[in-house]
Amino acid sequence: MDEILDILAGDARVTPVEIAKMTGKSKDAVQKAIKKYEQSGVIVQYKTLINHDLVRESNSFVRALIEVSVTPQKDVGFDHIAERIYSFPEVVSCYLVSGTYDLLLIVEGENIQKVSNFIASKLSPMENVRGTATHFLLKKYKEDGHVLKQKETSKRLNISY
Amino acid sequence: MKIQISKKVDDMAPSGIRAFFDLVLGMKDVISLGVGEPDFVTPWNIREKAITAYEEGYTSYTSNKGLISLRKQIAHFLKHKFDLVYDPETEILITVGVSEGLDLAWRTLINPGDKVLVPEPCYVSYAPLADMAGGRVIRMVTQTKNHFKMLPAELDQICKKEGIKYLMINYPSNPTGASYNRKELEALVKVIKKNNVVVISDEVYDDLTYDFDHVPLATLPGMKERVIYMNGFSKAYAMTGFRIGFACGPENVIAGMTKIHQYTILCAPINGQMAAEEALVNGHKSVAAMKTEYKRRRQFIVDSLNEMGLECHMPQGAFYAFPSIKKTSMTSIDFAQELLKEQKVALVPGVAFGPSAEGHVRISYASSFEALKEAMARVKKFLK
Repeated sequence: MDEILDILAGDARVTPVEIAKMTGKSKDAVQKAIKKYEQSGVIVQYKTLINHDLVRESNSFVRALIEVSVTPQKDVGFDHIAERIYSFPEVVSCYLVSGTYDLLLIVEGENIQKVSNFIASKLSPMENVRGTATHFLLKKYKEDGHVLKQKETSKRLNISY
Repeated sequence: MKIQISKKVDDMAPSGIRAFFDLVLGMKDVISLGVGEPDFVTPWNIREKAITAYEEGYTSYTSNKGLISLRKQIAHFLKHKFDLVYDPETEILITVGVSEGLDLAWRTLINPGDKVLVPEPCYVSYAPLADMAGGRVIRMVTQTKNHFKMLPAELDQICKKEGIKYLMINYPSNPTGASYNRKELEALVKVIKKNNVVVISDEVYDDLTYDFDHVPLATLPGMKERVIYMNGFSKAYAMTGFRIGFACGPENVIAGMTKIHQYTILCAPINGQMAAEEALVNGHKSVAAMKTEYKRRRQFIVDSLNEMGLECHMPQGAFYAFPSIKKTSMTSIDFAQELLKEQKVALVPGVAFGPSAEGHVRISYASSFEALKEAMARVKKFLK
């Protein structure tokens, strides 16, 4: 991966000036490259990774992993049914996977009822959906490479040779 | 009655620096640029191996030279990475960090009065250990304008003039970050051979070489027989607390070092040795990830320092920048003390690394980017 992308993937708040210093490129070159990535869709969005467990008002926020078995369709394979499913705003991620089922969804809702309703009334009755298995998330330990607990603080002495 | 300690030991440590260290260690909420170890915790696979080793009951002594399995791994690693061949049975010794290896090597090699050349600025222990072993330490000052590298002509001159028997070399260097590419090493080797000098080469920062591939001194033609090669796991694998290093060299030298080692240390801790083996077998990715990070921080720090008028060359390795503070007209200890008091930023006064390093400070960029950014802002404020 390009170095600029690598730096931004780790921390989206690093400024072009700082990236320029880190990489030995000029500020203009960095800005230009970022703009290009944004326009071409390589950089999709800048988001903040929040540990919702620590935010009180979002305690009712639930997330489920749903395994979906579907019947692929002639000519379009899985794409068509996948599109019909991922277009629901409740579906935050949708992957086609190998193994005993076909689509793996991550679905979010305000509470268990809302997610269950979505499954019962929208997802399961859908034509070509053969079955679902729902796993509600109980606890998050690690997400996108980040361990979701208080950071391991350095135990180094503040000065040494 | 007050027990008198030996004059030699009494004369050792520079006291001003010790007092400054104590000041730093007693202060809270300091942003530290003064640390001589990586800011990463040891990679998990290595820690996990150490834990499992305890669980499985590996709590005993090992052979004096160290676990043969670890020595074999080291031999394999050096052969594979540098085409550097050492016999794990007779030419490799596992030590408690490179620090112990240095002590052993000097005590094994030096006869009273033998002249040991120590280029300066350099790591704090080189001269005292050679001195303790009975050597006569000759200091060779490397110049800021040469980015603190030894020049072959200077080396030749001093070897001839002083009758140097041993040379201490450390690249990439703590504290200056100076290193040598193959061509530069070849020029030095010519002089080393011509003057029949034996070299201790501390290459513990070798994985953190940024602008070219590190070349071990012992790999150059005819050098293996006159080099004691030192390396360890502290820096490359963030394993400082495990205290594992190794020395490679001619059989008779390693045998001599092992004699002292068996009486003073017996063996390096078994747990650290097992963790070190895991580092060699599965640790490469962590090293690579760190290097990319450090390289970015290096650029950032050097640029920031030069921008605020603290002249700084681009270090080629390790994780230290060594800027000049001459424009402030302060001594390096005063600079460090005032900066600590006013802005709560800690760094190491240059003078710790030899009298010729006065007028410089050592800045470690083995800290998070956030911390470095904040520290640079504070140094800038301090200079105003």
